[in-house]
Amino acid sequence: MSNSDSGTYVSYLDYEGKHKGLMGWLLTTDHKRIGLMYLYCVIVFFFVAAIIGELMRIELIAPGETIMKPQTYNGMFTIHGIIMIFVIVIPALPAIFGNFFLPILIGAKDVAFPKLNLFSFYLYLIGAIFGVLSQFIGGGAPDTGWTFYVPYSAESSTNVIYALVAAFILGFSSILTGLNFIVTIHRMRAPGMGWFRMPLFPWSLYATAWIQVLATPIVGITLLMVIAERVLKIGFFDPALGGDPVLYQHLFWIYSHPAVYIMILPAMGIVTEIFPTFSQKPVFGYTAILFSSLAIAFIGYFVWGHHMFTAGISYGSRWFFSFLTFLVAIPSAVKVFNWVSTMYGGSIDLKPPLLFAIFFIFLFMIGGFTGLTLGSVATDIQVHDTAFVVAHFHYIIFGGMGFATFAGIHYWFPKMFGRMYNNTLAYTSSIVLFIGFNMLYFPQFILGIQGMPRRYFDYLPQFQTGQVISTIGGFILFAGLLIMVGNLMWHARRGVQAPANPWNGVTLEWQIPSPPPHENFDEIPEITHAPYLFGTGSDNKTI
Amino acid sequence: MFSGASNMAEGVDRAFVFIFSVAAVFIVGISIFMIYTLIHFARKKGKPARQFEGSIKLEILWTVVPLILVMMMFHYGWSGFKNMRKVPADAMNVTAIGRMWQWEFDYGNGMKSKELVLPVNKAVRVNLKSVDVNHSLFIPAFRVKEDVIPGYENYLWFIPTQVGDFEILCTEYCGLLHSSMLSKAVIKEQADYDNWFKTFKASAVKNEPDGYLLMRNTGCFACHSIDGTKLVGPSFKGLFGSQRDVLRGDKKITITADESYIKNSILNPDADVVAGFNKGLMKSYKDILKDADIKTITDYLKTLNQAK
Ligand code: HEC
Ligand SMILES: [Cu+2]
Repeated sequence: MSNSDSGTYVSYLDYEGKHKGLMGWLLTTDHKRIGLMYLYCVIVFFFVAAIIGELMRIELIAPGETIMKPQTYNGMFTIHGIIMIFVIVIPALPAIFGNFFLPILIGAKDVAFPKLNLFSFYLYLIGAIFGVLSQFIGGGAPDTGWTFYVPYSAESSTNVIYALVAAFILGFSSILTGLNFIVTIHRMRAPGMGWFRMPLFPWSLYATAWIQVLATPIVGITLLMVIAERVLKIGFFDPALGGDPVLYQHLFWIYSHPAVYIMILPAMGIVTEIFPTFSQKPVFGYTAILFSSLAIAFIGYFVWGHHMFTAGISYGSRWFFSFLTFLVAIPSAVKVFNWVSTMYGGSIDLKPPLLFAIFFIFLFMIGGFTGLTLGSVATDIQVHDTAFVVAHFHYIIFGGMGFATFAGIHYWFPKMFGRMYNNTLAYTSSIVLFIGFNMLYFPQFILGIQGMPRRYFDYLPQFQTGQVISTIGGFILFAGLLIMVGNLMWHARRGVQAPANPWNGVTLEWQIPSPPPHENFDEIPEITHAPYLFGTGSDNKTI
Repeated sequence: MFSGASNMAEGVDRAFVFIFSVAAVFIVGISIFMIYTLIHFARKKGKPARQFEGSIKLEILWTVVPLILVMMMFHYGWSGFKNMRKVPADAMNVTAIGRMWQWEFDYGNGMKSKELVLPVNKAVRVNLKSVDVNHSLFIPAFRVKEDVIPGYENYLWFIPTQVGDFEILCTEYCGLLHSSMLSKAVIKEQADYDNWFKTFKASAVKNEPDGYLLMRNTGCFACHSIDGTKLVGPSFKGLFGSQRDVLRGDKKITITADESYIKNSILNPDADVVAGFNKGLMKSYKDILKDADIKTITDYLKTLNQAK
């Protein structure tokens, strides 16, 4: 097909096994096809949640009621959060790129448990469908915010239970994916690939998988407790029933803070693959990056209290959580320095994936430093639960995880689809996205410091300028999304054929044809050296 | 527009300035370095990449320097905060009561104000009570915020240092009208405050009807007015004895607002829903109001009719 070096071969896209056509996708156990199915679901849900986000931005363009009622607005920020967090940012990177590339990067034919992998996908789909159902059945769209804080979530007359069930099922899908990856990484590495010869994206997935497996059950049981509270009136959290509302917040954040690292670690892993390839130079500080992933995953378990600095928690625990929050910043900083140094001295080709990765560093730095503002108790008192927090986590999640995803899709697109996208459109979309993003979220830092709370349907007139700039930024961002997705979708089938190794990468995915054959490797490769070996100077391969 | 107006502002703002300064230096510095690298090491024929893989010295440097900086940030953040939990012994006490969706400030002896009126330069401890869900009391100009959680005895304190009106907002999402849960901190010179307090005390002690007090304390006025204004729910003005268009199930019917209608509206609000209003907003007061209370309320509602 698209490749000369392996004579006749059938790509995973054309492969016909026991099932053909659509069934060949719906019943597939091929990690690559499952990865693509996740990709398509994520795109659909992302647009749903993004449009809801835009509608909220339009509502906020002027104080008072603009296009919707307060109840509608409250429902919208709830479902926006639920979809974005539970259906997109938590599962997306492990499920899409992890599924597609983890086995290839470690030289395996599939994940350890292919059927379980398909099962995770269906759990994901069922969970997402429950989320959608919650909007249309019975008592109206849930209006609790994605955080489901009790007592309000125990009392609201809306469909809170559907949303809780959705999050619960999605959590299960995440646990199973994590488990699958841990076993895959332990058991399936190609001969010769010792732990320290493994590329860094699999390493980041490994750190992530442990969080998925260890932290997710806590939120699962917590959400079940809220359901029990609503249905059976048990009284775990609702003080009207003798429960403790602050206990809920602890349990919720014990998971949901580490969940931030479920989102960002694989994102960091992706850009760690991109910098060496486009600089034609080994990763700077392989071991430092690797251990910083593990350190983030580990320390990340002990900082949840920084979401609760104003919840009346004890003096001592405010000290403890603030201190550890500052510590967890160090490994992230170390990564930034190493990425930048990876480019230094290289032979840099500023292709779209690299441009996205550089935007990622910039946005992630802003997100990181504003995170420190939130970790410092005095400043958190001022900006907690304001627009500042909204801006901060969008910088981390969208600017960080989102832009890394865009970098990743532009990096691996030729491999996944065997086609090239249009470079001019890719550059255009990245720049439009970058400008729109900053216009959308940067004003919200300022609004937050000035005292504009989050989750506000209405606001004081002095905040309008910032809100208007933000809304305009939202439209620019959306235009960027359309250009990017349009470019990729159009060229996934119609682009020029991609060579096996368009960027002259050295990790294993570039050693096999584009798109890969059904079983990835004809012969399992023998690994004899470190992952990022570009050869020295003159014997550099040329494109 | 935004300046600190309490004793807490200085410590908080110092932490902001320190963190943002370090951030600016790093973000600008690293960005410039990246741009330089991109230009200087752009791919050219005959200029291969240099193949180096790391440096222990650099790794140590860029672990230790950030570590020192974040510890300094921690220090500024902590010292700006420390004081916030140490209320001076001579602070005056006010209790802020949060309920969906209004604030009320209790000065003791049943004296309740919709605004937090305080004398300048005097320490005040605000005790935080919620009667329903979580709220959070936020006064941006004072740099104070603490959550108001049912069943918990949280507090905050500060010394206002400027005379004027300052916004009070709710910053913990609390349902439908969360964004309207606003009030004001009104800071007065001591003499003005004393004057205000005298009239406040006189008016608060003035005998309000029992029914009015009961409804105020139960929180009915967050959604109902007595002057004809339409809030979340219909106004009580002229309600008693009037003809009401209600939805019973899907059927539209008209009934007279008599004693049993009022009682039913309080105990089963969703049974007959007043046309033009939404179901599910008012909760049942079955476990909260006794029959005698409902009678008191009904008697008061009757008087609203005569006033007309
Ligand atoms: C959360 C807002 C809310 C609160 C608090 C609330 N109500 Fe209501 N109430 C409503 C709404 C909305 C309606 C109209 C819909 C309906 O009939 O259920 C209503 C309707 C009523 C009616 C019928 C009015 C009419 O015009 O026919 C009465 C009587 C009433 N409420 C009494 C009370 C009393 C007494 C309290 C306090 C103990 C109270 N409400 C607290 C929202 C509220
Ligand atoms: Cu509130």
